[in-house]
Amino acid sequence: MIESDTFVQALQDIGVDFFTGVPDSILGGIIAELMERRLYTPAVREDEAVAMAAGAYMAGKIPAVLMQNSGLGTSLNTLISLNYIYQQPCILIVSWRGQGGKDAPEHLVMGEVMPQFLDTMKIPHRTLTEKTAIDDLKWVAETFMKKRIPVALNITKGVVKGLHP
Amino acid sequence: MRPEQGTMQSRAMAMAALLELLTDQPVIICNGFPSREAQKIADRPTHFYMIGSMGSAAAIALGVALSKPNKQVIVFDGDGNVLMGMGTLATVGALKPKNFIHVVFDNEVYGTTGNQPTISNVVPLEKVAKAAGYVNVERVREREDLVYEFKDMLKKDGPSMLLVKVNEMVEDAGRVMLDPPDITKRFMQAIK
Repeated sequence: MIESDTFVQALQDIGVDFFTGVPDSILGGIIAELMERRLYTPAVREDEAVAMAAGAYMAGKIPAVLMQNSGLGTSLNTLISLNYIYQQPCILIVSWRGQGGKDAPEHLVMGEVMPQFLDTMKIPHRTLTEKTAIDDLKWVAETFMKKRIPVALNITKGVVKGLHP
Repeated sequence: MRPEQGTMQSRAMAMAALLELLTDQPVIICNGFPSREAQKIADRPTHFYMIGSMGSAAAIALGVALSKPNKQVIVFDGDGNVLMGMGTLATVGALKPKNFIHVVFDNEVYGTTGNQPTISNVVPLEKVAKAAGYVNVERVREREDLVYEFKDMLKKDGPSMLLVKVNEMVEDAGRVMLDPPDITKRFMQAIK
């Protein structure tokens, strides 16, 4: 399991300097660490978070948006008709609720279709694993710089230490 | 009665009066007619024209304002846009960026789609902003009041909201001509 502070430090090391989002339990440890470091600006909806990230990017920041995968639905229009078409990249750190069909009922459909959903939205994505973490973050940084569009790093349960391990 | 009794000023007239008072401040302009009109009145590289993502103008501006605390950031918004992204009033009110001025041109309709009514005739958006934590809020109708209050807000610490009641008149302005990626690049360069 990756420690939250290691993960946050790795994001800072690739240059991320603006963090916003809406919480999820899988992301609890990461958000706690970001708050500890006074780096986190909370949003009230995921579409607001990605629009804030767009503004931050244009003001010279490298933004990351944390969200539960249900937030992909909430932010769909903003992601494609703002961030994507205006070429305002951001790093989406998306918790993969409902993966493998083991979760509360409201997460099961999105959990099942999430990879295809991201493909349909033309958002490049990868799922973080402890073994490949260094490569995964390198890929995120490279895709962000090269494509200038939102790029998603999916986080499954238990890969980064949460608040209640 | 709609628009609000006594409202004679068009959005384009109000916008022109405000743009005369601005120089190189970043201005985020909401989608629909407001962006088209702003482009026609005064096209500046410091303008960010939205063509979609309705409801996001204030959130984009908030991202800019938090990242550039030494620049005063202006939003030109509409009543339909504010209603769609009303949560952002709370985010702005809670974070209290001092460099944030939110202008709402309130014509009580969705103009771009054929003047269907919004609900801003019965929901006073500046009061919502005040309750959410905006520091200064004003509601104006007349041009003199608009200019006076905007000048005042430029001198004050925000966040501020200036709601200006306008009529439904639309300036004959074409679509935003620049490609979205070029708007991004031009804006980034201009606010460096």
